[in-house]
Amino acid sequence: MQTVSLLTLFRTFLKIGAFTFGGGYAMIPIFEREFVQRYGYIKEEEFGDVLVMVQSLPGVIAINFAIYIGLRLRGIKGAIASAVGVALPSFIIIMVIATFFFQYIDHPVVAAIFQGVRVAVVALITTAGLKFLKQNFHMQGIFLASLTFVLVFSAGVHPFFVIVGLAFLGYVIFMTKDVIARDRA
Amino acid sequence: MPVIVLSLFFTFMFIGAVSFGGGYAMLPMFERMIVETHGWLSRSLFIDMIALSQVTPGPIAINSATFIGFQLTGVMGATAATTGVVAIPVVLVGVASKYMDDFKESKIVKGIYTGLRPAFVGLVLSSAASIVTDAIIDWWGLLLFFVLMGLLWIVKLHPILVIVISGIVGFIIYG
Repeated sequence: MQTVSLLTLFRTFLKIGAFTFGGGYAMIPIFEREFVQRYGYIKEEEFGDVLVMVQSLPGVIAINFAIYIGLRLRGIKGAIASAVGVALPSFIIIMVIATFFFQYIDHPVVAAIFQGVRVAVVALITTAGLKFLKQNFHMQGIFLASLTFVLVFSAGVHPFFVIVGLAFLGYVIFMTKDVIARDRA
Repeated sequence: MPVIVLSLFFTFMFIGAVSFGGGYAMLPMFERMIVETHGWLSRSLFIDMIALSQVTPGPIAINSATFIGFQLTGVMGATAATTGVVAIPVVLVGVASKYMDDFKESKIVKGIYTGLRPAFVGLVLSSAASIVTDAIIDWWGLLLFFVLMGLLWIVKLHPILVIVISGIVGFIIYG
């Protein structure tokens, strides 16, 4: 395995953090290009496994990924260099923008622009939700999705309990099916 | 250290610990804790913050944590919120990386995701539903919504372009 300097890790992740719009999912192909294809630090097959892992754990996909790559290549120091690198651009850019945002949000022109932008936010979130729905378009998926919606939105149950509850329910369903399948076999 | 900084850290730690699915699936947790429980942002500012996270690079959760923390107590708050949101996941990744093969085959992970995958659908759609009355305030807004949905769904326009267009239209309608 090649060794990689902490500075290279930091710089690579900094670049990804600074130029990738659209969050974690948009970063995945860039990670693959940089770490698998360009430098060959990680093998293609391992990359696939890592992807499953970082998406299964809670948290920010980009940070989880940076932590794994950093740890794997340079231990704890590598993890810190990578995670700080990928988060730093957002951190600085958002603070600069927030400073101006709160100065001008009450200006009538800015307020009018944002009233339009809020409509786009609803459209973007709805689109993301519908895409997820398409991937889960079967009886069980639609039932569990509707259950979540009703609990969080209509009944006002705290999302924390709904997430934990649905994870548990999913586990019970999965294990029940698993037992039935094994009985048949 | 001011109490608010600690409160930011622990609130975001709690959000980060159960934020499965990334991005939009995390929004209901953010909204409940930030807008409703603590009242750190109004609902309209919360929506504006999502828009700002979209037009700037980087993960939505990091952008949101930085924005909220900074707005409350400056750089210190931004640091507390951002480190808080990644605190627990970072430890979990460290642990899971040692047991990659077990993790891949784990029935617990597969089982949990049988429930979580459809839960993401419900979570994302409920976050859209909860902001709709603050975002779409008249018939013009509703019309704009359907036009933007068409641009996203049929024309497959890039999200950033959709935000830019909506800003221009907002200026024309409401300016």
